[in-house]
Amino acid sequence: MSEITLQDIIKEENLVYKKSKVMTNNTLSYCPGCGHGTAHRLIAEVIEELGIQSETIGVCPVGCSVLMYNFLDIDMQQAAHGRAPALATAIKRIMPEKYVFTYQGDGDLAAIGTAETIHACNRGENITIIFINNGIYGMTGGQMAPTTLPGMPASTCPFGRNVELMGNPLKMTELVANLAGVYSVTRQSVHTPRNVRRAKKALLQAFENQKLKRGVSFVEIVSNCNSGWKLTPRKANEWMEENMFPFYPLGDIKVDGQLVTK
Amino acid sequence: MEKELRLMKGNEAIAEAAIRAGADAYFGYPITPQSEVIEYLMTQEPHKRTGMVVLQAESEVAAINMVYGAAACGRMAMTSSSSPGISLKQEGLSYIAGAELPCLVLNVVRGGPGLGTIQPAQSDYFQSTKGGGHGDYRLIVIAPASVQEMYDSVELGFDLAFKYLNPVMVLADGIIGQMMEKVELGEQKQRRAPEAIAKQCPWATVGKPTTRERNIITSLDLVAANQEKFNIKLQNKYHEIQEKEVRYEMINCDDAEYIIVAYGSSARLSMKAMDILRAKGIKVGIFRLITLFPFPSKQLFDLADKVKGFLAVEMSAGQMIEDVQLAIQFKKPAKHFGRFGGVIPSPEEIANAMEQKIIGG
Repeated sequence: MSEITLQDIIKEENLVYKKSKVMTNNTLSYCPGCGHGTAHRLIAEVIEELGIQSETIGVCPVGCSVLMYNFLDIDMQQAAHGRAPALATAIKRIMPEKYVFTYQGDGDLAAIGTAETIHACNRGENITIIFINNGIYGMTGGQMAPTTLPGMPASTCPFGRNVELMGNPLKMTELVANLAGVYSVTRQSVHTPRNVRRAKKALLQAFENQKLKRGVSFVEIVSNCNSGWKLTPRKANEWMEENMFPFYPLGDIKVDGQLVTK
Repeated sequence: MEKELRLMKGNEAIAEAAIRAGADAYFGYPITPQSEVIEYLMTQEPHKRTGMVVLQAESEVAAINMVYGAAACGRMAMTSSSSPGISLKQEGLSYIAGAELPCLVLNVVRGGPGLGTIQPAQSDYFQSTKGGGHGDYRLIVIAPASVQEMYDSVELGFDLAFKYLNPVMVLADGIIGQMMEKVELGEQKQRRAPEAIAKQCPWATVGKPTTRERNIITSLDLVAANQEKFNIKLQNKYHEIQEKEVRYEMINCDDAEYIIVAYGSSARLSMKAMDILRAKGIKVGIFRLITLFPFPSKQLFDLADKVKGFLAVEMSAGQMIEDVQLAIQFKKPAKHFGRFGGVIPSPEEIANAMEQKIIGG
């Protein structure tokens, strides 16, 4: 009996995981432990599984994911800070048969791009908006975001967010869910295998919804920023579960055009 | 074939021209004195006439970014606004220039600064020709002086925009936008099919087929050396535009001793001033700028050898005059005359200014 070699093991039927062909071979520019890489991978897998690589146009924001076009093997446009929904509006209206998505951080979507986000949602553009909420400005070095939690420290609120001085965190996801032009809204995370599976399902649905032409599909991913939060990757995930999730609870908020009643 | 003539406002003419040129998209936000552009488009239902997308955006900022999105798909996209709204578009224009995208932007200028007034002005010359937004970039700037030229600026503008992959600004003013004149309309052109767009604009983000690499539209390069290289490429493009695309009109300049330099409505007003001065036996000609960038520096430099002086007439406190003085290298006297803040100069005032500032000066 001959010995089993490595070549005998590397077979299609033994494969449990492989990189999506919609991901490029470029090294991710994200910090170790960051959720962006996982979110990118899920989007790539969804595009691959739906077979829409040649029909998808993505819009990346300003912020950590500004270089997203280096990692996804699809046509992409890079938008000015906050303006991704305006670009996506035009792309989709010009080519209604294509799949169009934006990928935006909290500063991009919920601060500087509030108007573009709300109005694209309210017009009911048939696009997918993916909102990565880590409660901080990662790229610029950890400043307070519109989503920074009360009491949470950041470089522009070093003693914690004082809501009397700095205002309250903004729940954009609940806000857009109330707009008639928004068809589906869900809040997910990508920090455990279970959550990854759920987030992928949500993303798949959000892309498939574009065929219905019923308006915006909005997916928030509550994520971590261990560099900005000054925590180890493991601690950051624990902190996220303990602090972010109570304020930004995971789950579906609007399904098939109907608000989910709890 | 018989000419198709129509009496139209400048704002309506440019809207009709966009439909007939086969433009793919218009995005705008209302502001006086140019709201007729989008109003006219909406009455025409261009989605039925040609399939053109017309959308009223939530702001000028959104509108110019919609133009970015459409232009990045290789489409003929335009927007229009007036001065305060054009200020809001500067971010988008800088990104469009930085991403090397073609588009057409109409500015029906009104008096400023700030909310200023809704009356006509030419006080956005600096903003249009020197940058406006951040970074080393230029717009190609066309200045129509009639409703017909408003109409014609669409085809010329899109031609230049796609030839050089650069935003083009049509710099009009409240007079050109609001006044009615006879316009000869062109034929309805077909909008380009997706295959033609993919061929003309191989860089367009229309979905990546298996036959090519992915297309990326961005103005970002974090490596300074690469960004400098890109800027040099941009500058070379602007030099080429300066060499090849200068447009101007010389009126009665052959025997002229004195030259009025003007564009747009000021050039129209100066025609009457020229008549007044010629009736007095003073040989005055008009050098009318059609492109403000590229600026006809060489032509004015040469003209300076043949004449005694220049009067720059503009509805601003003195902006274009700086380019005139630079162009003629101070070989001859060149002075500014303007009314501004929405006040339109009379031909008599212009004629007086020529006599007092240049001839008597």
